[in-house]
Amino acid sequence: MAELLALTESTYYILLALYRPQHGYGIMQEVERLSSGRVRLAAGTLYGALTSMTEKGWIQMLPVEEGSRKKEYKLTDKGIKILVTEIERLRELVKNGDMIIGGDNNG
Amino acid sequence: MAEMRTERKWIWIWNIDKEEKWLNEMAANGWALKSVHFITYHFEKTEPSQYIVRCEMHDYDENYIAFLEDTGAEYIGKVTKSLYFRRASELGTFDLFSDIDSKIGHLKRIAKLLSVLTFMNFAVGIGNSFNATHFGWFNIAFASLLTYGLGRIHAKIEALEEEREIHE
Repeated sequence: MAELLALTESTYYILLALYRPQHGYGIMQEVERLSSGRVRLAAGTLYGALTSMTEKGWIQMLPVEEGSRKKEYKLTDKGIKILVTEIERLRELVKNGDMIIGGDNNG
Repeated sequence: MAEMRTERKWIWIWNIDKEEKWLNEMAANGWALKSVHFITYHFEKTEPSQYIVRCEMHDYDENYIAFLEDTGAEYIGKVTKSLYFRRASELGTFDLFSDIDSKIGHLKRIAKLLSVLTFMNFAVGIGNSFNATHFGWFNIAFASLLTYGLGRIHAKIEALEEEREIHE
């Protein structure tokens, strides 16, 4: 049930950034790039989100390479499913918004 | 060796936001926090606003500190349960929390600690109040002060929760 609830913007963008393996700072930069600088994740918020999404099995930590202390994360199959469901939900929101006021707001 | 300056100050945990504001005012004036000990803050002379300082109530966690260091932050130290960080302002804005949920989460950790301390002091205070050789009243007074702090934290949590009803 809880997995049918809407994701927060931070959660959504973190998942999106993890479509390819990334370490923490890489996620912050990727999210900033994707949102054209609008969404800036703070490190404490990101760390908490990574911890709880790893516990839920939406993402996983990749084996740490020898000599590197940077931990990389990647989406799991479950995480991809969550993301696809969320994109559907967002599409519905935008479609309805466009249908009702989109046309009136373009002039 | 940069010029140093020491300030002694006691700040209650429920005023952690004021503490952070004070540390950033010092940094803006060219005094960046360099190390921290119980009631004692050591600052080094820097350019004005060279650093942004952040503090957080968080258990000491090497993974968390390494994670923050990877983002360009510098770990300054720890006093009881507060961790202190700074980052050069040329790297951009530096925050520990960027959404309402994580800000509430931080305040709730503080509230939990205060609740435990309040309960312990009430229990000890009441337990010793019939014992002439112990100062039970001291614990009760301290517990009352902690209850006040807890109220301050809950007010901040409520304000954020109200905002979260329409924003995230």
